[in-house]
Amino acid sequence: MADTMVATAAEFSSVSLRRGEVLALDEVSLSLPLGQTTAVLGASGSGKSTLVQLIIGLLRPDSGTVTTLGTPIDFANPRPMRKRIGYAIQDVSLFPHLTVDKNILLPATLSGWHEAEKRARLYELLELMQLPAGVLERYPHELSGGQQQRAGLCRAMVLRPELLLLDEPFSGLDTLTRKSIHEQFLEMQQRAPVSTVLVTHDPQEAINLSHGLVVMKSGRVQQYGSVAEVVENPVNEYVRHLCTALEGIRT
Amino acid sequence: MTVRVLLLPLLAVLQIGADEVLAQPVVIGSKNFAENYILAEIAAQLLENNGIDVERRLGLNGTKISFEALANDAIDLYPEYSGTISEVILADSRLEDWEDIEAALAARDFMLLAPLGFNNTYAIAVTGEVGLEHDLQNISDLKQLPQLRVAFPHEFLNRQDGWPGLKVLYGLPQRVRGIEHGLIYEAMANGQVDATAVYSTDGEISRSGLVILKDDLGYFPEYRAAYFARTDLPSGVISVLSVLSGRIDDVRMQELNRAALAADTSIANVASMFLVAEGLVSESAASPGFLPQLWRNTQRHLKLTVTALVLAILTGVGIAVLVHRHRPLSNAFLYITGLLQTIPSIALLALLIPLVGVGQKPAIIALFLYSLLPIARSTVTAMQAIPPGYRQVAAAMAMTRPQELRYVLMPLAMPHVLAGIRTAAVISIGTATLAAFIGAGGLGDPIVTGLALNDSSLILQGAVPAACLAILTEILFTGLERRLVVPHMRNSGRR
Repeated sequence: MADTMVATAAEFSSVSLRRGEVLALDEVSLSLPLGQTTAVLGASGSGKSTLVQLIIGLLRPDSGTVTTLGTPIDFANPRPMRKRIGYAIQDVSLFPHLTVDKNILLPATLSGWHEAEKRARLYELLELMQLPAGVLERYPHELSGGQQQRAGLCRAMVLRPELLLLDEPFSGLDTLTRKSIHEQFLEMQQRAPVSTVLVTHDPQEAINLSHGLVVMKSGRVQQYGSVAEVVENPVNEYVRHLCTALEGIRT
Repeated sequence: MTVRVLLLPLLAVLQIGADEVLAQPVVIGSKNFAENYILAEIAAQLLENNGIDVERRLGLNGTKISFEALANDAIDLYPEYSGTISEVILADSRLEDWEDIEAALAARDFMLLAPLGFNNTYAIAVTGEVGLEHDLQNISDLKQLPQLRVAFPHEFLNRQDGWPGLKVLYGLPQRVRGIEHGLIYEAMANGQVDATAVYSTDGEISRSGLVILKDDLGYFPEYRAAYFARTDLPSGVISVLSVLSGRIDDVRMQELNRAALAADTSIANVASMFLVAEGLVSESAASPGFLPQLWRNTQRHLKLTVTALVLAILTGVGIAVLVHRHRPLSNAFLYITGLLQTIPSIALLALLIPLVGVGQKPAIIALFLYSLLPIARSTVTAMQAIPPGYRQVAAAMAMTRPQELRYVLMPLAMPHVLAGIRTAAVISIGTATLAAFIGAGGLGDPIVTGLALNDSSLILQGAVPAACLAILTEILFTGLERRLVVPHMRNSGRR
């Protein structure tokens, strides 16, 4: 019954949030659909990371409400909601004191999975993200940047989440690695689709990987629509400027 | 009613039993100078020879600590002097007669056993040469010799019962100098000083051939020695010790003190030789061998430091974990532990005595307080240094607080926490040697005794094993780090 009630991945209604001196989000209202990848695009300081941290309840809005997977966030007990979400962030994502396999399986360990179950899921994910089994016994710092990000994605996926939140997961990678990891992401979305909110500062990445596009600037949503809508009909100079570089790349 | 009637005879039997066979060993204390050690050891060996169990807490740091120990049941008796009792303990200098002192003590549930015989007071001594030349017998004789070179220990120069009063009473004309106590005998042997003040039973007096002048006007208060106890001292103990009454006169005490100065003679040997010579003990008691003694001291030392360390880890890490998210609280916590660290250890030990007595308890508390800062500081700092991203990921993973602590925070903080504990452990091992001053035992025991006797080999018997323990601790923690911390996060042994 709960599943039929879920209409959106996340809904913001008039959400404002001040972080220190800065108004990180200013009266944001948005409805992100299920079954799609939505990119949140903006420069640093635009409020895009704040947006995903609000979805998973790491931040609490000063005003307005956030509804995640159909339920307003219960800040007294956010854990049941969080268990349905996979979260990966840039750089610090993997724990340095755990080997890669332990890192990936940590959410399963916390949920009390059996060893056999965990192993099966681990190899499923390795195959999906094309990680060599040789990395499993190593520590994160011994992996290449691309391998680290893939392992981070594996961990976010381990509990088969209903929603994936990715905060700049592919930045800091070289172009070639980025390209191949993009391909894997798209393939993964084809084989085992999962609703995704992807935070990025890279317009190309946003357009390559997502269906919907939210353009943010200074805590405000500039434009929200399908990739095609935004690229073809930018509402203002800022959005137009972001998109000019992309003519012809669009799929 | 019937139960009580039935129990009464049983209780009576138990009471008698308790009186006849002492349930607990008699705890004998001493202050930290040779004469007091010797007298305590004589009592201990005499009691042991009479089948009474004895525990030694020798080398307590001064009158105040010794008396507190007695008052708080930490020891049962120690050698004390009548003058010290009236001046320091009863703080009433009008009490001069033995009987008056006894009466004043009895009112406070303390007692002195029978006087041992000698009177260890200040005395004026002259070199044998000067004594012969001027035929000196009494202090009054000095009045005629204004040219005499007189030097006094600094304390005697300024004490109310020292030079100021002596000069007035006897009308002495000499100009006097101050001198370090430890240098007097050498200065007199070299003929640089003709007269000085000494303790009348000092072992050096006979060795240096000094002549003690009679206090013919009765200026110096009496410092007659006797065992000092609470009135609840078992009668069996009193009667065994009563045979010592009057057996040790000034000369005898000088000899014993002098014997203890010899490098190859332990206090236990001096006591044992005295008891055999007096026919009070048939055979000289085997003093505990070097290794068993070392083992006992090391064991006690480890007990003190490990207990304190475990308590400090539980408290320091525990509180740090509770408060590290809250800056002002963590700062307050670190401030308090830092403040404790600045109290000098001897002062802290002395402050603890009125609260918890002497022995192991105050030692453990003091070591605990000193260990707290390094452990708390390293834990708080390590926790606060963890990048916030890891906490976000942990929270996003739906971790509970205990899970976050176990899987993320503690492992990430572990290298620094271990380093803090390691510092605390090494500091504790060093500081624990001071615990001997308050009768806690450990490797400080030979150090304190060695200091009192100016015996460096005895000092080394405590200092070397303590240093070894500190090194072993370092090795232990390197091993511990190997087990608990993954290689690339270790502080030491990184390759």
